[in-house]
Amino acid sequence: MANPTKKETPITMDVFTAGLWKENPVFVMMLGLCPVLAVTNSVENSLAMGLASIFVLVCSNALVSALRNFIPRQVRITTYIIIIATFVTLVDYIIQAISLDLYNKLGAFIQLIVVNCLILGRAEAYASKNSFGKSVISSLGMGLGFTLALVMLGGVRELLGAGQFLGYQVFSTNFQPWIVMILPPGGFIVLGSWLLLINYIEQRRTGKLIAEDLASHCSVNQH
Amino acid sequence: MNPESLSFIFLSAFLINNFVLALFLGLCPFVGVSAKRDTAFNMALATAFVMFVSSSCSYAINLVLTAFDLEFLRLISYIALIASSVQLVEMILKKFSPALFRALGIFLPLITTNCAILGVALFQTSRGYDFLQSVSFSLGAGAGFGLAIILMAGLREKLELSNLPNITQAAALSMMLAGILSLTFMGFAGLGTTV
Repeated sequence: MANPTKKETPITMDVFTAGLWKENPVFVMMLGLCPVLAVTNSVENSLAMGLASIFVLVCSNALVSALRNFIPRQVRITTYIIIIATFVTLVDYIIQAISLDLYNKLGAFIQLIVVNCLILGRAEAYASKNSFGKSVISSLGMGLGFTLALVMLGGVRELLGAGQFLGYQVFSTNFQPWIVMILPPGGFIVLGSWLLLINYIEQRRTGKLIAEDLASHCSVNQH
Repeated sequence: MNPESLSFIFLSAFLINNFVLALFLGLCPFVGVSAKRDTAFNMALATAFVMFVSSSCSYAINLVLTAFDLEFLRLISYIALIASSVQLVEMILKKFSPALFRALGIFLPLITTNCAILGVALFQTSRGYDFLQSVSFSLGAGAGFGLAIILMAGLREKLELSNLPNITQAAALSMMLAGILSLTFMGFAGLGTTV
């Protein structure tokens, strides 16, 4: 809900960069995990899913923010879902038109962007409270952070699971691919390893865990 | 086994293509509500129930949409349908079983954004299941979700008692555990392959 008495803070670089690392939707807030694990068996799929999510995130947050003073509080979640579903249907048809091959690889997960808690979470927690410009910038940052995380996972999984990166052969033919990496368990294990690594680096750097100060924030978003 | 048979569809959604551990659907509640076994059990119950109701309703609504050539509205109508069936389930429970309603409490509204529910509706449409097959599919998916989340809650309760390094806090270790669970579930692939 808009709060007319609250003074609008100016758009700073922080609004944009928060989503990239400090509040990274995947590694810190653990939002939108389903597509993160399901489509990251290659870098190409990860990039496509990331771009589709950025489009939906930015468009729906812009619209939610523009309409934030007109949406009655009681039906706001339903309204957000309908707005998001509209843009997801658009993306669904756009990807079908651009590349049917990619569409078949991503399967139902394009349509499942609707229930990505990241998008609904940002609409509820950010876009419904902030100005149009800020919402667009922030959701762009969030979307890029999401894509970054997808590519980080997809890169490791494709490299180890197929010996390739973006379809280019990296290792020699003697390399025995770790098939498990492109299968479902690999997704969980690679994400777990990235989280361990990030926790370790943050702990070395600041002496505290990255997830600690955002734990409460995260639970608010998820629920 | 005949892949079209009701028992195989159930088994496939339950074990072979487990919704959480093989298809990665419904991970938010899987990570978020699996800290205690009681709450995990309630969540599983609520999810399975909503899955069954919304799957049957989406079968019906898909017939209407197909009859009027309105397939592009499928996603929006499924989402609206799930949101309203969650509210319907909430009202019915409140009226007929206040005890269960209190137990499920806050989990019911959360289910609206559970991708497993929408996943059931979308998959049954894309695979062209008839009504009985859809029912069997949704029951299998609900049971599979329940199995995964309760197994996970049991493992995490054990972890509470062990001495762990700091960096494994938050979700890192849960993900590793889920990976190992998923690895064991891959053994069920030997039962047969499905679409």
